[in-house]
Order: sequence, then C-alpha cells, then structure tokens
Amino acid sequence: MWKWLHPYAKPERSYQLAGKLLPWFTVLTIITFLVGSVWGLVFAPADYQQGDSFRIIYIHVPAAMMAMVAYSSMAIAAFIALVWQIRMAEMTVAATAPVGAVFTFIALFTGAAWGKPMWGAWWVWDARLTSELILLFVYLGIIALYNAFSDKVLAGRAASILTLVGVINLPIIHYSVVWWNTLHQGATISKFEKPSMAPEMLWPLIIMIVAFGAFLGTLTLMRFRNEILARENHRPWVTALISDINMKKLTGEK
Amino acid sequence: MAFTSIADFFAMGGYGFYVWLAYGISILSLIVLIINTMHKRKMVLKTVKQRIAREQRIKNASNMEGTL
Repeated sequence: MWKWLHPYAKPERSYQLAGKLLPWFTVLTIITFLVGSVWGLVFAPADYQQGDSFRIIYIHVPAAMMAMVAYSSMAIAAFIALVWQIRMAEMTVAATAPVGAVFTFIALFTGAAWGKPMWGAWWVWDARLTSELILLFVYLGIIALYNAFSDKVLAGRAASILTLVGVINLPIIHYSVVWWNTLHQGATISKFEKPSMAPEMLWPLIIMIVAFGAFLGTLTLMRFRNEILARENHRPWVTALISDINMKKLTGEK
Repeated sequence: MAFTSIADFFAMGGYGFYVWLAYGISILSLIVLIINTMHKRKMVLKTVKQRIAREQRIKNASNMEGTL
C-alpha cells in the first residue's frame, strides 16, 4: 500500500521532489516573516509589565520551538537511517543540523537580550538556559562529527548515533521550567490549556512560529539538495543535470 | 498601531537597544545561514563541472593519440 513512497528513497527522485517543494516553502517563509514581524513589532500592544521589551518574544519563542522541532525530525531521520540504512535519511540529518544550530543560537541570544532588561543579567545558570546551551553544543557536535569523516557512510552513521543520544536533552529542555525553580517563565502556549496571552499578541506569535517553521523547511530542502549533489557527484544523473543547467544558462532560459 | 511616531517606534519604550539587538543579530545569523547554503551549492556545482571538463579533456587526449 505504501509502496509508492519507495522510489523517493532514490537520490534523483528526492532531489526533484525537494526542488518542487522549495518555491512553496520560500514564498510561505517570506510572507509569514514579513506579516509576523511587522504585526509583532508595530501593531501588537505593549505588555503591561514588560513594556515593549516583550516584542523579543516574536523571534525568541519561534526560534526555540523550531530548534526543538528540527532536533525531533533529525532524531526520526537518524533512527530511520540506522535501522533501514536509508542514505537519504542520513543526508536529512546533515542538512537539518546547521539550521537547528542557528535557531538555537538565536533563541539563546535573544533570550540574553531579553534577560538583561527584565532580569538584570545577560545570563544565569538556570535549568532552561543551561539545557538549551547543551542543545547548541549537541548540534555543533553533530555537525563537527559529520564533517570529521571523509567517508560519508561512516560520517552519516556516527552523526545519526550522536543525534539519537542527544534526544535525552529534549524532554529536559521542555520540562525544565516545571521540574526546577527557574528564572525563566513557564510556557505561554500549551496544547491543553487556553494560552495565557491576549489574542492581539498571540496572533503575530503564531504567524512567526509558522515563519520559522517554513524557514526551517526551506533551508533544510536547500541543504538536502546540496548534500545529495555532493554525495552523488559521480553519478550520470548529476552529470546530466549539470549539463542541463549549463545549457539553460547559455540560452538564457530560466 | 502601538506607536505614535517613528522615533517612538525606534525607542521601543526605552528598550530599543535590547529589542533591536535581538532582532538584528537574529536576522544577521539567518542571512549568514542562507549565504552559506547558497555558497555550498555553488561549490558543489563547480566541483562537478570541473570533473566533467577533466573527463572530456582525457577523452579528447586519448582520441588524439598517435596523430602527432
């Protein structure tokens, strides 16, 4: 029944599918980014306690959230790569890791810039902040490990194993504000309760979460395509693809 | 709209430095990631092109053998 999925494990089909999805993700990213950030920066009302500093939330929360989503999808891909030995899954891990790392860095940095005026400190060794910092190190570890081997089969396997080991950190990050007394505030949006945020502040946040999600998709697709080309570069279909791109350049066709 | 003037908007109720710092660095790091990704594609394409050109040269050279 699910056999139609099987051809997509072939690099050429994956490359083409990623190329077809790419423009949609790009457009969605641009629109949601513009709408979300203008709405959040200009139109959303100031917070009654935190004033205008709360506007940092519109990048802080989406970046932190999508850094975890990126990691979760990497973990699923790593599992698939290790169990069924599908190379496309390894490439997904390698493609996602840098995006996740940048998102984690953004979450940490914006958190510091928000913490300074609100808590009086750029950084505190609190459970949420520390576990998020560990996430950044895990991301960097995965990237470094993948690049450390010139044999990409070995590199993919090693990176997948490290990804699965790092999964332990995800529940720790998520529940850190519940398990420990932290300076970091609790969750604003939760699946089970009504969000503790006014709708005119919440909407731009939701749009920005979509924007970061779409950005994650766009960049992962781009890097995934790079990864396929790099690892398949001796295959005839890549040669054909390159001469095709050259021809289009010569004739000036897009 | 939450602000009355442009200056008011940039001041962010006194939190301007922190808000713009957060937004600035975030956008900068996203742009760096985009540039890095596009650069990587260019490099991969270049490597493949060089390989094709080299293979073509070898082919041409072997065709010319014995013709000097």
